Amino acid sequence: MNAFTYTRVDDVAGAVRSIAGDGAARFIAGGTNLLDLMKENVERPSRLIDITHLPLRAIELTSDGGLRIGALVTNTDVAYHPEIERRYPLLSRAILAGASAQLRNMASVGGNLMQRTRCAYFYDNATPCNKRTPGAGCSAIGGFTRYHAILGTSEHCIAVHPSDMCVALAALEAVVRVTGPDGERAIAFEDFHRVPGDTPHIDTNKRPDEIITAVELPARGFAERYAYLKVRDRASYAFALVSVAAALRMTAGTIEEGRVALGAVAHKPWRDRAAESALAGRPASRQTFERVADELVRGARDFGLNRFKIPLAKRAIVRSLEQAAATNGGGRP
Amino acid sequence: MGQHKIRTAGAGPPAVPGRTSIMLKLNGVARQLDVAPWTTLLDALREALDLTGTKKGCDHGQCGACTVLVDGHRILSCLTLAVMKDGAEVTTIEGLAQDGTLHALQQAFIDHDAFQCGYCTPGQICSALGLIHEGRARTADDIRELMSGNLCRCGAYPNILAAIESFMNASDGVRAR
Repeated sequence: MNAFTYTRVDDVAGAVRSIAGDGAARFIAGGTNLLDLMKENVERPSRLIDITHLPLRAIELTSDGGLRIGALVTNTDVAYHPEIERRYPLLSRAILAGASAQLRNMASVGGNLMQRTRCAYFYDNATPCNKRTPGAGCSAIGGFTRYHAILGTSEHCIAVHPSDMCVALAALEAVVRVTGPDGERAIAFEDFHRVPGDTPHIDTNKRPDEIITAVELPARGFAERYAYLKVRDRASYAFALVSVAAALRMTAGTIEEGRVALGAVAHKPWRDRAAESALAGRPASRQTFERVADELVRGARDFGLNRFKIPLAKRAIVRSLEQAAATNGGGRP
Repeated sequence: MGQHKIRTAGAGPPAVPGRTSIMLKLNGVARQLDVAPWTTLLDALREALDLTGTKKGCDHGQCGACTVLVDGHRILSCLTLAVMKDGAEVTTIEGLAQDGTLHALQQAFIDHDAFQCGYCTPGQICSALGLIHEGRARTADDIRELMSGNLCRCGAYPNILAAIESFMNASDGVRAR
């Protein structure tokens, strides 16, 4: 790690003041991704601002019947919270599919949103990377692409967002609360992460001088019919090759509303509302699900070694929708 | 490759930030120490406090060898800054034996031959104690899943599982939530 100074702040206003105008400072909470990147010399902050003493550890009801999760609540405490388990089991399942128990005990909700790609070329200072050094070039394209994106890529970056939790939050249409020098604002989850375009060094639409204070879940949690399916190279403690968060609302075998979010296939958790709309009003049948899966990956493009991800994503979408249609009020899928 | 160059600070080496005095309740004993901002809890334990039972495996949060308990929760000491744990209660493998008698889980690891080289063992044992404290594991598969953050390259997994299960069964139903 490089030498840096350490500052502790006690409230949100203090955190915002502390980071204002200092592009080389970083907030630290769980530290599970940031410290790793610092050890690799990918991140070299001149100052760390410790936000773990901020009062952002509550999970509480919102006025519209949803839940507000403080940005510092650990991944573990979200996954096992009785109201999350009861009303948003999709979120619990997704979180528990990620990382290890130790990392989940450390990692915060806000940090999970802000974690960076695990693209090996991004981590390797010896290879050019547009995300690390804008304009340097992408070493992944033409390289070892097994873990890379098939949707929403650009000629500048084919990295994927690594989170499981965020895939569920995308399906649930969560809202991210941030505070900056101009006050508080809400960012729809779909708008929080970005596609790489020609600015792959910018992961999110949160500005660097803003701090995440909470993630809000809307009242509808799809607790009756949901599935989180994660396909990976080992059974536990591995990033996804493809993951799917599926949520359905049904009446007598007919789908009223369906949502599908994909993980590990793009620079952000992937939603395609046009493709999803083919679920509404249809029977919950394999035929319906296959049509939606085809539509969801229609624009997919591979980079050689990740070609398998396209048929894998289709099959994972179909299976997760079948699992969601078959569940009724919980139980482990 | 040619476009990559070693980055140097523009205005000479940065001033070295000062050390901070922190206090840890370490294995039941209050310990004061001075740490640099970048000192990990793992390095503080091993280098400043001479507690080398906690192991540095990968130093990147991928192996679990550095697992300790902080305020009762299992965490990775390699990805934790010591300065951020001022005032915390830290339990390491050295804190488990009482009056010269091994903790029952340590004894279970011996009884079940739950290690070969032993390098991952302190992390395995601290992690298992955290798992038991969490109260989420009800089946052998639950234990496997919730211990997946601790790698054992000797492959002693079946015996590690047996040691944890026997300790949990002997501890009178602590497996239940």
